[in-house]
Amino acid sequence: MSSNSNLTNMRRSVEQLKLEASVERIKVSQAAAELQQYCLQNGNKDALLVGVPAGSNPFREPRSCVLV
Amino acid sequence: MCDHTFVAITFGPCDSCTLNKPLMNIYLQNEPVNYCSLCVEMMACQGLTQGENLASLKAESEGLKLRLEEERAKLHDVELHQAAEKVEPLGQLVTKARRSLKGHGNKVLCTDWCRDKRRLVSSSQVTEHAVTMPCTWVMACAYAPSGCAIACGGLDNKCSVYPLSLDKNENLSAKKKSVAMHTNYLSACSFTNSDMQILTSSGDGTCALWDVESGQLLQSFHGHSADVLSLDLAPSETGNTFVSGGCDKKANVWDMRSGQNIQSFETHESDINSVKYYPSGDAFATGSDDATCRLYDLRADREVAIYSKESIIFGASSVDFSISGRLLFAGYNDYTINVWDVLKGTRVSILFGHENRVSTVRVSPDGTAFCSGSWDHTLRVRTGRYLSLSDTHTHTHTHTHSLT
Repeated sequence: MSSNSNLTNMRRSVEQLKLEASVERIKVSQAAAELQQYCLQNGNKDALLVGVPAGSNPFREPRSCVLV
Repeated sequence: MCDHTFVAITFGPCDSCTLNKPLMNIYLQNEPVNYCSLCVEMMACQGLTQGENLASLKAESEGLKLRLEEERAKLHDVELHQAAEKVEPLGQLVTKARRSLKGHGNKVLCTDWCRDKRRLVSSSQVTEHAVTMPCTWVMACAYAPSGCAIACGGLDNKCSVYPLSLDKNENLSAKKKSVAMHTNYLSACSFTNSDMQILTSSGDGTCALWDVESGQLLQSFHGHSADVLSLDLAPSETGNTFVSGGCDKKANVWDMRSGQNIQSFETHESDINSVKYYPSGDAFATGSDDATCRLYDLRADREVAIYSKESIIFGASSVDFSISGRLLFAGYNDYTINVWDVLKGTRVSILFGHENRVSTVRVSPDGTAFCSGSWDHTLRVRTGRYLSLSDTHTHTHTHTHSLT
């Protein structure tokens, strides 16, 4: 019984490796270029990168103002 | 809103392996049987082909592993940080602590932001709702996309869904619905794109997809050889996949519909505590007990960056990206948060303030702030911005209105 399940496990493992080996891959240079492009395209919307205009920051403490 | 009645899930002894597990009701030669999901998968692999034995399979397996490494290495023509040489470096990060949420009676283990509003749910208390869990440690929690429910679970081996209500007097525990049942602790949970399905990961080494209404097991994911500690769903535009990381040092990418393990990455030297998709869905980051965070690109099918420093020796417990993907926030067991430039591989900031391990770091859905939760019982929400290197003035956050 245990040798049978060992066999089944190995077979599953081989099938899995065959699947992983057959994945279509692209070059790292191309992948890197696309990651970079995404960052640069979305960089100006990233509030933790460029900040938000002082008035619209939703987390600032609410203050009341009076005209002097 | 959630219905209060639910159908009992089939959980019990498997007809094949006799272990108590969530069961799938299937038909074998027209006879209904209850098999656990692992036995269902094993059945597909039975039946010897000519000349196959354990030794030949082992040899085939070793050969395939080598081939996999070779194929991946062929395309490794450049490092990410080399490709990013021309990108303008980031300057100094200025952060401002906006909220410090105390009030937890215990360590904060996890948090989640509500999609539209600025609410946070954390391990045992929601900022506007309080839900008491009957078990000591809640290890996972998640907001439903609609904001109308939360899911949480932990050492009780279950994931339960609590509908939220604005009526503060309502006893939310009474309305709780048990959705998922594992055979070991629940480490992470997440709603899929709707309130109707939940994805869970567990110390029993599996991940599973559940229907919230009926509590039925829809799909289960076998492939980790040890506890699964974290999962993250791909951004909705990129399809039905998710990534999981575990104590077997592997990060696996799964197809949600077929249950298939599509890709697997094993370069970490210790447990992977946290996994998070890059905002475009083409890559994901991991945080591990080996004191490094790493970036894996899915289309290049390999690790493309390591975020580490000799001075960082404590494990990273949680990672999250800013919305452009340029920054990676990582919380560590040495009480700090390190902020990494994802493209250049450098650390651009180190944030102090917590008095114990940082257990969770989450960037808000609109990207304006990030929240860190810690074993020091607090949650801190911070906003910030980077000064470009050409900016020579120091920034201050003062307002020039006069106050009454």
